[in-house]
Amino acid sequence: MNPKYLPLTATIVIFVLSYALCVAQYPNILSTRVIGNLLTDNAFLGIAAVGMTFVILSGGIDLSIGSVIAFTGVFLAVVLENTGIHPLVAFAMALLIATLFGAVMGAIIHYLEMPAFIVTLAGMFLARGMAFVLSIDSIAIKHPFYGTLKGLYYKLPGGGRITLIGGLMLLVFGIGILIAHRTRFGTDVYALGGGTATAKLMGVPVGRTTIMIYALSGLLAGLSGIVFSLYTSAGYSLAAVGVELDAITAVVIGGTLLTGGSGFVAGTFIGILIQGLIQTYITFDGSLSSWWTKILIGLLLFVFILMQKGIVYVSRSERRHA
Amino acid sequence: MQTAGDNLLSATRIDKVFPGAKALDKVDFHLRRGEVHALLGENGAGKSTLVKCLTGAYRRDGGTILLDGVEVDPRDTFNAQKLGIGTVYQEVNLLPNLTVAENLFLGRQPRRFGFVDVGTMNRQARELLENYELDLDVTRALDSYSVAIQQVVAIARAVDLSGKVLILDEPTASLDAHEVEMLFRIVRRLKARGLGIVFITHFLEQVYEISDRITVLRNGQLVGTRDTATLERRDLISMMIGRELAAEIHSARKEPDVTGPVRYRFKDYGRKGHISPFDLDVRAGEVVGIAGLLGSGRTETAEILFGAHRADSGTAELDGKAVQLSSPRRAIAQRFGFCPEDRKTAGIVGDLSVRENIVLALQARRGWTRPISRTEQNRLADHYIRALDIRTADREKPIRLLSGGNQQKAILARWLATEPEFLILDEPTRGIDVGAHAEIVRLIEGLREKGMSLMVISSEIEELVAYSTRIVVLRDRQHVASLEGERITADQIIEAIASSNERGAA
Ligand SMILES: Nc1ncnc2c1ncn2[C@@H]1O[C@H](COP(=O)(O)OP(=O)(O)OP(=O)(O)O)[C@@H](O)[C@H]1O
Ligand SMILES: [Mg+2]
Repeated sequence: MNPKYLPLTATIVIFVLSYALCVAQYPNILSTRVIGNLLTDNAFLGIAAVGMTFVILSGGIDLSIGSVIAFTGVFLAVVLENTGIHPLVAFAMALLIATLFGAVMGAIIHYLEMPAFIVTLAGMFLARGMAFVLSIDSIAIKHPFYGTLKGLYYKLPGGGRITLIGGLMLLVFGIGILIAHRTRFGTDVYALGGGTATAKLMGVPVGRTTIMIYALSGLLAGLSGIVFSLYTSAGYSLAAVGVELDAITAVVIGGTLLTGGSGFVAGTFIGILIQGLIQTYITFDGSLSSWWTKILIGLLLFVFILMQKGIVYVSRSERRHA
Repeated sequence: MQTAGDNLLSATRIDKVFPGAKALDKVDFHLRRGEVHALLGENGAGKSTLVKCLTGAYRRDGGTILLDGVEVDPRDTFNAQKLGIGTVYQEVNLLPNLTVAENLFLGRQPRRFGFVDVGTMNRQARELLENYELDLDVTRALDSYSVAIQQVVAIARAVDLSGKVLILDEPTASLDAHEVEMLFRIVRRLKARGLGIVFITHFLEQVYEISDRITVLRNGQLVGTRDTATLERRDLISMMIGRELAAEIHSARKEPDVTGPVRYRFKDYGRKGHISPFDLDVRAGEVVGIAGLLGSGRTETAEILFGAHRADSGTAELDGKAVQLSSPRRAIAQRFGFCPEDRKTAGIVGDLSVRENIVLALQARRGWTRPISRTEQNRLADHYIRALDIRTADREKPIRLLSGGNQQKAILARWLATEPEFLILDEPTRGIDVGAHAEIVRLIEGLREKGMSLMVISSEIEELVAYSTRIVVLRDRQHVASLEGERITADQIIEAIASSNERGAA
C-alpha cells in the first residue's frame, strides 16, 4: 500500500475496532439516534477542526479558534438582542469579521516572518478580550429564527436526526476534502508543509497561500461560532475555552503530521468521531467520570504520535536506494 | 559582438549585494537561441546567485534583463515560469511530501470544472517521465524514491516548464553516467528546438561535451565569455581560479606501500535487500576506493559499516577484537567518521554558523556535558576554513548563506574535526570546484600518510586511481572484485564494473 495512507488507515481501523467494542457492550450505540446526536454534539468542533487541518498541513498552528468561536457567539447575541438585524445578516457579518481576523494573522505571519504559534496566541487573547468588551455575561438568544433553524432536520430511519448543524459539519468536511485534494490551493497547502523555501522556488505563491489558509481557518472558526450559538442558544465570552486543543487533537488522531505536509481532512473527521465515540461510551456507562474522556483521548493522542514516528521511520529506511 | 537580436536572454550589469558580501558585480550574461551555455566558476563565484536573479528568486539590486528583446522583471519564480524559464535549482530536490505527479505539475495542474483533474495529471506525469526512461508510481510521495530519481524528476519538471529557457544548476551532481547521457540527449533535443540552455557544473568533461559557449565568473565578477571549441582546458581553469593550477589531479599514480597491520576486519558482513555479505580488511594507512555504478551498493556498503543500517549477518573486528557497529553512535565511539553523499539534506543545519556546523560531530562525540571551549571552537573552525578554502565572510555566518560547494566543504570539515581513525567519504568531490577538488585529493593523501584508514566512494575513476591503495568494485549490490597494486588502472576498473561473470576475486 502507498505509505501515505498508513496513518489514515490506522485511524480508521482503530475507529472501527473501538466502535465494534462499544456496540458489543451497548448495542444501542449503533442506533441512528446516537449517531445523529454524535454529529450534532460535535458539529462546532468538527467545523473548526477542518480549518485547523489546513493550518497544520501547511506547517502552522492556529490557537485563536476557541476565542473566535466565543467572540462570534457573543457578537451574535449582542447584535440580535440590541438591534433589529436579521440573524442571517448577523451571520454574514460574523463570518466576515472572523475571516478578516484570520487573514490579518496570516499576513502578519508571512510578512513579519513571525511564528504562527506566537501570532495566533496573540490572536487568541485579542479575540477573547474583544468578546469580553462586548459583554461579560452569558446572553441568551431568543430570536424566533433560531427556533426555526433548530427545528430543521433530516429524519433517518430508526428515529435519528441529522440536524442542520450536524449536516452542516458533514458539508464542511465534504468541501474541505474537495479543497484539499482537488484544487491547486490544496496542493499549495501541502507544498508549504513540505518546506516553504522549496515551495517558493517552485513558484508557489507563499504569501497569498498563507493568508488564505488562516483566513479559511478564521472563516470556519466563525462558522463554528455560529453553530455553537445555535447549539447553545447563547453567547458567552468564557465559552469554548480550549476548543483549539480539541481540534488539534482531532487532527493528529486523524493521522495528520503535526510538522505539516502530510495528512487528510477525512482523517480529521474520523478523529472527531473517535472523540465523540469515547464521550458517548462514557455517557452510556454512566459510572465513569467524564474525566475518563480526557484520559482516553490523551492516551490515544500519545499512541498516535508514537505511531506516526514509527511510520516516518519505517518509510525512511525503506526508501529505495540509488 | 553580436547584436541584441541574436540573444534570447540578455542580462546586463546585474548587481546583487548580500549583507557583508557583494555576490554579483555588474555581471553581463547573454544567452542565444539554440545554444547550451555553460556557466562556470569556483565555489562561491556567484553562479547560483546569478541564476536566482534571472528567475526572480532573488530581487536583483541593479541591471536589466531582456527576454526576446523585451525587458522583463520576474518578480518571483512563478512569474519566471510563466515567461517560459524552467529551472533546476542547486539546492532543491522538489517537495518530498507531494506525489511525483504533483511535483511535476505544481502550480499548473490540469483542471476540469475548476477542480484538479487528478487522473489526467497522473497520466500526463507518466507520459512525461517516459521520456526519461522512468516508470514510477506517480501517485507515491517523491521521497519514496532515491535522490537520483528525484533529481531526474526535478529536471523533467524544469524541462516541461521551459518554453524558452532552461536553467540547470548542477543537475548532474547525483546522476550516474547513464542518466547524464539521457539528460544530454534531452538537452540536445531542446537545443535543436531553439531553446537556450544554461548549464552549471563542475565537471569539465561535461562542459566540453555539451556546451557551445562558456561564461566564467570569479568573485561575483564576469571574467569572460568564450566559444567552447576554441577554449583550451588549461585556459578555462585559469580563467576560473585566476591563476595556473599546478596540476589538475596527479594522474601519475605514486605507488604507496601499505604495510600497516589490518585494523578493521569485516567478515560475511551484509544486510538483506541492501548489500550481499562481503569480506573486507582495511589496514592503517590505506585508502580503499569503492567503484561501481550508482545503485550498485556503494552507499549501502558505507552505511552498513557506519551502522546507519544494522548488519544482519557477519562480524566486525577492530584490532582483533569483535566490535558492535549497530548504530552510528557506536561507530563514532569507535572513531569512525562518515561524510554522506546526500549532503544537501543529510548534514547541514542551515541556521547554525559555519563554526557550529564544523564542531557539531566532535561535540556530539564528547557528549554535551563536556563542551568545547569557544577558543578551541574558533581555532578548529579557522583551521578548516583555511585548510579546505571554505569561502565565507567569517566563521559566524549561518551556513545556509554559503554557496552549495562551500557548504559541502564545511560538512567534510565536520568529520575531519573528529579526527576519525576510519573515515568513510561518499562522493567527496561532487559539486566542488577544480581548485578545491585538487585540494581534497591532496587532503586524502595527507590523511593516509598520517596513518588513517579511509574508504572513498567515487564515480570518478581517474580520481580513485590517483589515491586508492586498493579498489573494491561493486555490481548489483555485491562486492565483485578487488584490485591492488599494478591492477589499479582506469581500464581494469571499468572492465570489472562492466564484466558480468567475474566473482569475488582476491
Ligand atoms: N542568502 C545569502 N545571504 C548572504 N550571502 C549569500 C547568500 N546567498 C549566497 N551568498 C553568498 O554569495 C556568494 C555567491 O554564492 P553562490 O551560491 O552564487 O555561489 P556559486 O557560484 O553557486 O557556488 P557553488 O559552486 O559552490 O554552488 C557566496 O559567497 C555566498 O556566501
Ligand atoms: Mg551554486
